[in-house]
Amino acid sequence: MTMQLSEDPQAVAPAPRRTFLYENPSVLWFMACLGLFTLIVSVLSEGMGTGLISTSLVKILGMTLCLCLIAIAMDVVWGYCGILSLGHFAFFGIGGYAIGMWLMYARTEIVVRGNLAAGTIPPTEAEVAEAVAAQIFGVVGSSELPLIWTFAGSLPFQLAMVVLVPGLLALVFGWLAFRSRVTGVYLSILTQAMTLALSLYLFQNDTGLRGNNGLSGLQNIPGALDVPQSVLSVWFFWASAAALGAGYLFFAWVVSGKFGSVIRAIRDNKTRVRFLGYNVEGYKLFVFTLTAVISGIAGALYYPQAGIINPAEIAPIASIYLAVWVAIGGRGRLYGAVIGAVTVSLLSSWLTGGGAPNIDFGFYRIVWTDWWLVLLGLGFVLVTLFFPKGIGGLFDYLVRKKE
Amino acid sequence: MTNLLEVSDVSVTFDGFRAINNLSFAIAEPELRAVIGPNGAGKTTFMDIVTGKTRPDSGRVLWGERQVDLLKLSESQIAKTGIGRKFQKPTVFEEQSVRENLAMALANRRGPFSVLFWKATAHDQARIEELAAEIGLADRVDHRAGDLSHGQKQWLEIGMLLAQEPRLLLVDEPAAGMTPAERAHTTDLLKGAARSRAVMVIEHDMEFIRRLDCRVTVLHEGAVLAEGSLEHVTRNQQVIDVYLGR
Amino acid sequence: MKASLMPRSIRMAILFACLVATVAFRAAPVAAQSPLQEVLQTVQDQVANPARRTVPEVLDALLATEAPGRLEFLRAWAEREVYVRPGDGLFFYARDAADQSLVLLDIDTGAEIDRVGSRDVNQIRPNAGVRREIAAALVKFELLDPEPAQRRAALETVARSPDPEQIPALRAALAEEDDPGIAARMERLINLLVARFAPDTATRVAAVESLSGDISTEARRVLNQLLQTRTDFAETRPEDTNLATLRTVGGDIGLEDAYARLADAGHFPPRPGHNAIRDALRAHVVAGEVGGVPVHRLDTDAARHEAYRALEEAGSVPPLVTQADMEAAVSQYVFFDAYLEPDPAVTDAARAALDSTRTAISAWQFLGITLDALSLASIFFLAAIGLAITFGVMRVINMAHGEFIMMGAYTGYVVQTLIPSYTVSLVVALPLAFGVAFAAGVSMERLVIRHLYTRPLETLLATFGISIALQQLAKNVFGTQARPLTAPDWLAGAIRFNDIVSISTIRVAIFVLALMFLLLLLYILNRTRLGLEVRAVTQNPGMAGSMGISPDRINMLTFGLGSGIAGVAGVAIGLYAQVTSEMGANYIVQSFMTVVVGGVGSVFGTLAGAGLIGALQKGIEWFNPANTLAAQTYMVLFIILFIQFRPKGIVALKGRAAGD
Repeated sequence: MTMQLSEDPQAVAPAPRRTFLYENPSVLWFMACLGLFTLIVSVLSEGMGTGLISTSLVKILGMTLCLCLIAIAMDVVWGYCGILSLGHFAFFGIGGYAIGMWLMYARTEIVVRGNLAAGTIPPTEAEVAEAVAAQIFGVVGSSELPLIWTFAGSLPFQLAMVVLVPGLLALVFGWLAFRSRVTGVYLSILTQAMTLALSLYLFQNDTGLRGNNGLSGLQNIPGALDVPQSVLSVWFFWASAAALGAGYLFFAWVVSGKFGSVIRAIRDNKTRVRFLGYNVEGYKLFVFTLTAVISGIAGALYYPQAGIINPAEIAPIASIYLAVWVAIGGRGRLYGAVIGAVTVSLLSSWLTGGGAPNIDFGFYRIVWTDWWLVLLGLGFVLVTLFFPKGIGGLFDYLVRKKE
Repeated sequence: MTNLLEVSDVSVTFDGFRAINNLSFAIAEPELRAVIGPNGAGKTTFMDIVTGKTRPDSGRVLWGERQVDLLKLSESQIAKTGIGRKFQKPTVFEEQSVRENLAMALANRRGPFSVLFWKATAHDQARIEELAAEIGLADRVDHRAGDLSHGQKQWLEIGMLLAQEPRLLLVDEPAAGMTPAERAHTTDLLKGAARSRAVMVIEHDMEFIRRLDCRVTVLHEGAVLAEGSLEHVTRNQQVIDVYLGR
Repeated sequence: MKASLMPRSIRMAILFACLVATVAFRAAPVAAQSPLQEVLQTVQDQVANPARRTVPEVLDALLATEAPGRLEFLRAWAEREVYVRPGDGLFFYARDAADQSLVLLDIDTGAEIDRVGSRDVNQIRPNAGVRREIAAALVKFELLDPEPAQRRAALETVARSPDPEQIPALRAALAEEDDPGIAARMERLINLLVARFAPDTATRVAAVESLSGDISTEARRVLNQLLQTRTDFAETRPEDTNLATLRTVGGDIGLEDAYARLADAGHFPPRPGHNAIRDALRAHVVAGEVGGVPVHRLDTDAARHEAYRALEEAGSVPPLVTQADMEAAVSQYVFFDAYLEPDPAVTDAARAALDSTRTAISAWQFLGITLDALSLASIFFLAAIGLAITFGVMRVINMAHGEFIMMGAYTGYVVQTLIPSYTVSLVVALPLAFGVAFAAGVSMERLVIRHLYTRPLETLLATFGISIALQQLAKNVFGTQARPLTAPDWLAGAIRFNDIVSISTIRVAIFVLALMFLLLLLYILNRTRLGLEVRAVTQNPGMAGSMGISPDRINMLTFGLGSGIAGVAGVAIGLYAQVTSEMGANYIVQSFMTVVVGGVGSVFGTLAGAGLIGALQKGIEWFNPANTLAAQTYMVLFIILFIQFRPKGIVALKGRAAGD
């Protein structure tokens, strides 16, 4: 099945051989906005002084930045390369699990050592490990440390896992899928199946990741247990902003050059690209894996702010929401993905968190927590039907008007 | 003069329909060759086989001095060995500029990492400008390819083929939908290209082929019916029967 | 049974003496007391305060008197229907009266005697042990009961609490029995009892052999009971026990386990474990040192052992048992498993019987799995076929397909709240669900999908938007809790082949429904004008369009048809699962898998896909029955691999029509 997505928005690269930023003015704008936003949030945050923005709101904003990062990754793989992956949130979750293992292990170890130190004689290493295991896995009726937790106490190892596990999974899965030329909706369904398999796997109690309990207490950072959450939240906010900024620059660089040209060409007509001598499957695999890695990093920053991760986070629906954000924001432009992620996720928190006033008609009362999903669903249908370029398309309109 | 491409006894069947039937064909380098034939003669399928899009049921396709078996290679590998193809319908990347289209086709390394770190050298720049001039699009290099006229798209695609620096060019109906002036330019382009490489043109239009002034192969029902100069084949009784439908 | 104070025989004698005395007194005018009441009064205390220990004597005595109505009394006693009047200790039956009082009935005549408040009499409440004893005593009478139902019930009582004493009763009853079914059951029970309890080997072996090939749970339980083992040890290979297996230390039995057994038997000192060593060290901290080792160094096992050794030498702790000590101790003994059943001939026969049953069981289990798989496959087929049709014809994935299933199920629920008869409501609900989902499908096609035919990926997303909106709407309307969709009684039971294989009727019905839809679809696609046009559009939309077939109309109708079938599937699924707003989402991924594995646009492909996925899921569950989640995980992995080898599914469209 050949996919023709000719309606897609395309920024035509203008004059040759000018600087990267000159060619991509949106990058400058974006970085400026991000910097300003970070500054404002920091100044107004509870942790840094004024306290106009509560700690929980700082966390939500920091988490939103992480969602923006995975959204731009999704935009590159879907909006630019034409692969509608319904599995990128799985990579996000894996990143979260990888860092969560260290957070949970290291913190439990500190607590356990504290408890055992109260005894008359000091604990052996085996006793500590045993107590940690009992503490973490008591909830699933086990007291043994599973094999995959062998190096959970090592931060560098788990940080490597944040990148390696999503990367390897994407590499193997992508290799299998692209090699057999699975494309279009088939590929989407296959990635969804992968996500489903992963979440079902994690739901089991005996897989060593605490089943549906997931990993919890991730907001406590070992080594910084004395730092109040209000300050930690700002640190994580900065880290998320830095990651988003770096990710944006990186992806903007990736998609602006000849590489971007090739992957857009693959999206529009992969047969033709093949006859130009490019290994289409290799490129797809490259983009799929690269974005999976970035998704993993975004997840590793997100979940310490969320404090808890469980298999429900990885459910196929999450990955579809990701596609919804990118579609609403506007595919094929990085800032579109950011706009979509910010708009939808903040609107969702606002409406479902009870922030929005309910509307009383007398005969019927609109409770937003009940109606938000209906609104989102229908809104999404309307965007797909009438604004295929999404919110980002408005910028094109404005620019054209100015000209 | 050795053959660049040798196709021998190739057959392919779609759902019981023999699209290609024991076809044998050879082309040398440099050479300009026109392939004609009525609808359904298997012209496009023949190109599909050479470029790796369709796998034949039997037969051999050998390439170059080292007699490489093309049937073992993927489409992109075949393209990299030096076979360029222009499709019947102009297929340029409409969302991208003429420059980007040409840059993609330039004979540089094709791996993802090389492409990611690729920067146009002065030579690349010059080559793009030169090609653009050759296909008459010098003043439109930074325009969206989708905004070009039909004929210009055809030229752009030929330009992309030339940028690939292939040893064999397969061109499917390049003159379809062109004005007479555009046809003349296309003829020149192809003849120019054929000075240093093998060019195979599929075309319906006899006038166009006459102007190409080259050896002609007539395909019918998936096999070669006749081969020789245009005068020679048009005098062939079988060819006349086929074209007049008997 | 607990040891009683007096030997049983003496107690029996005393009771009999009392009874005989009572019977002798009958001549004398004991006015108000009837024969049964009279007998009961002699054992008044044991009847009024029944205990497991005393009840057998009461029973023996009571049954020996042949007083009329004694069986009814025993039944009533066990059922807690007997009351005692504290004043005179007399026993009564009772009936509830209107004003919360009780009407006392004479236990012999059934005549109304008195009307009392419920506090004026005490209900006798025998415990479960007593009731079992009573039931067992009653069995031999009930086995001869004229009512077959009573006899069957009595047999079940025997089966529940087997007892060697029931063998003669059963044999006697078997001689009288004229119902062949009950007779067969009696014969088997006799065999089961004989196998376990008969005194001589030959009879038991014969009985055990007669159980060979019997796949009923009872028979296998008896055989397994005969084969129960205990683990033990001895200095030499034991000759007098019925040996099952010898155990090798380190292989069949762990070294520490083996040593612990020896220590438990008192042959060797117990081995202080990790915790025991730690606790001993804690208890002997002296001036920051234990046995000369500073406390802060005690964070390794080596240091702890060193300190413990020092304490051991001082004689303040039991000795540390090392690996070598344990090995030396264990090497002096032989460890083995012995059958509890002492007779090797019986255990050999039981093993042989079980072995010969095993093949039959596997075959039946395989049949059971096959039936399960078939039933699952028919559900997948129903859920997926609509999707397959729409995907095949229109090349769009309808993510809201699951919500059409849900819509059908809720239609069924609403119909059921309006029509009280479950059968009628089901008959109404099936076509109505089709209609509702058909209408929803057609309107969705007209309003949304029609505009997105050139953009299949966006159809996927737009229909997903509809899916979440519909799901939330259903939640808003029907609430989050599951709604029941009750099957009529004639669908509620199960068809039982034997102890291993049974299948619920509802699943059979779903299978039939799936079969009906398969035939209907095959008819529509192959024998009607609509089918011809649908096939034409599936194979080559452009060509079909140019031949005067309106793809617009075909698309609309197929979409409606596919959605309608989903609605019917919803009713079927709702009947055995519950109706929730998320039920569709639970089936959608499996449905996709079915379509993808089966091959797009083919009824038989979907059938094959559903069969493969159903069989696969059940097959994996067979290997790992405890974990359905794992089964689903592996299934999805298998499908991903399957796609590698057949990217276009089992039944693939060939040639140019495949639209590559």
